[in-house]
Amino acid sequence: MDTRPWRRAVDDGLNWVVRHWGGTFETAAHPLLMLLKAIEDLLVATPWWMIIAVLTGIAWLATRRWPLPLVVFVALMFLGVMDLWKDAMTTMALMITATLAAILVSIPVGVWMSRSLRIRQVFAPILDLMQTLPSFVYLIPTVMIFGPGKIPALIATIVYAAPPLVRLTDLGLRSVDPAVLEASRAFGTNPRQRLFGVQIPLALPTILAGINQTTMMALSMVVIASMIGAGGLGYQVLQGIGRLEVSRGLFAGLGIVALAIIFDRTTQAFGRQLQARIGMQEAR
Amino acid sequence: MSDINEKPNLAIAMRGVTKIFGSDPMAALELLRSGKSKAEVQAETNHVVGLDNVSLDIAAGQIFVVMGLSGSGKSTLIRHVNRLIEPTAGEILVHGDDVLKMSLDQLRSYRRTKVAMVFQKFGLLPHRSVIDNVAYGLEVRGVGRKERLETAAKWIETVGLAGYENSRTRQLSGGQQQRVGLARALSMDSDIILMDEAFSALDPLIRSGMQDQLITLQKSLNKTILFITHDFDEALKIGDRIAVLKDGAVQQEGRPEDIVLRPANEHIEEFVREVNKARAIHVRSIMERGATEPCEQSVSMDARCEDVLPLFAEHQWVGVNDGDGRQIGRVTAKQVIKALARHTPGVG
Repeated sequence: MDTRPWRRAVDDGLNWVVRHWGGTFETAAHPLLMLLKAIEDLLVATPWWMIIAVLTGIAWLATRRWPLPLVVFVALMFLGVMDLWKDAMTTMALMITATLAAILVSIPVGVWMSRSLRIRQVFAPILDLMQTLPSFVYLIPTVMIFGPGKIPALIATIVYAAPPLVRLTDLGLRSVDPAVLEASRAFGTNPRQRLFGVQIPLALPTILAGINQTTMMALSMVVIASMIGAGGLGYQVLQGIGRLEVSRGLFAGLGIVALAIIFDRTTQAFGRQLQARIGMQEAR
Repeated sequence: MSDINEKPNLAIAMRGVTKIFGSDPMAALELLRSGKSKAEVQAETNHVVGLDNVSLDIAAGQIFVVMGLSGSGKSTLIRHVNRLIEPTAGEILVHGDDVLKMSLDQLRSYRRTKVAMVFQKFGLLPHRSVIDNVAYGLEVRGVGRKERLETAAKWIETVGLAGYENSRTRQLSGGQQQRVGLARALSMDSDIILMDEAFSALDPLIRSGMQDQLITLQKSLNKTILFITHDFDEALKIGDRIAVLKDGAVQQEGRPEDIVLRPANEHIEEFVREVNKARAIHVRSIMERGATEPCEQSVSMDARCEDVLPLFAEHQWVGVNDGDGRQIGRVTAKQVIKALARHTPGVG
């Protein structure tokens, strides 16, 4: 089959969108950029010792024991000693912004999916597509629409990182004990009271596991994101590859791993804490 | 149907309530009404008959027990009273209000104020403390924090859980969890309490204690309690009236002794055969009526045969008193033994 007409139609269509709607899209994505800039400026402007103190403190709050804060402290010191601090803050800002945006979109979608089989049937293949489509395929049109820079990097990261959170929100809400939901209904709750008073609190450990997955997937996108101007640790890796400087790539890569360890372990610890509180471990 | 509104002391009235589960309940309803049995309807249409033309009058201020084995439709029945399940056909009136005609908002406010429910699996909120669980119904109703916590604390004390206010529900034993469920329902101060196999998940000793407590509470609070159970002994112990349910249809409805002494069919006879008759038969139903000389020892008219049996060791006659302490009759050991023998198969 001759696919040339099809391909031309898609390409022309995209060009038309870029010409006529490029500006609109850019305006629409502006708040996202502002958020990213604000977070990045905050992280860069904050003195390094304060960031270390805050993240170590959060790790302590999550476990109330010393091993995790120690790991976080060592990982952050590694970033500082290796002269990767500023790049790490840029990458962290991208990851945090992408995660926040993903939470904002994914949780409502997850809630919606959990309530109707039809909605779930519509969204499930879209989520599959978002997770399996090679990121370059949607990276190129995004760059064409927004131009190279942080916005397409951010959007690509969100597209890649959001699906697990949607899925786990949906799963968490659907696994809430029906007996508890029925009791809540018998006392005359409306759907909103049930969602915020019963379903979300009981699904929170699962939702938190989704947030953990989202942060990890956002971090795994930093190298690709840096190809289109996200900067940060990913850019160092990219430069290392380009100049065949194995050491530069290795150190920056280890820096990404350090960030991953910090966020993974901390969110997981919060999840465990929550689970223990509502007694799910005992129930199993 | 107009007679429903003419009985002012009726708390709950169900008229011809039928529930069929499946995609096209109306077609199955036609079949059922044409005289087919539950099994035939299920075989022909693959629809499950939950309730089959159930009519019940539940008077205010009594414990009404619906007894049936699993699959008899008893849990389906109780969920119709607060419309957790919608019937396929029939009428349900609660204090004269038609539950099925309520809008969604009216239904919610009805659930918030008029009926409270206790569940077999407790249905407690694991992320909340005991006191916040007990206060949950009031919170949903919109009662202020201070007031609802005071009310909740009072009921926690009543059910014997003082000191556990800030525990998590999962830290409690089954019996304690169900006390939380009971306190949660009682704190609503609704006229009607629905109890769906509330004590079935508990150990026998704890269950017996909870039954005694429920009877005591009912005497002081005078609520209407609709109690579901699969345990005939439990039904006899706590019920003012009992309805026996099988295949979604009411087999017999009446006072406990009516059911024990005059079982309507073989199905009920099977239950009755296993039952402790001394517990089921009230002395007032076998006593020698009328004014007699006062006896040294007497029991209340609610007493059962098992309560008077030990008294015969010391006394020949035992008097039976009404609520005001007046003697209305008397029994002898012979009468009691005769009554027990008459209703025990293979004897007498």
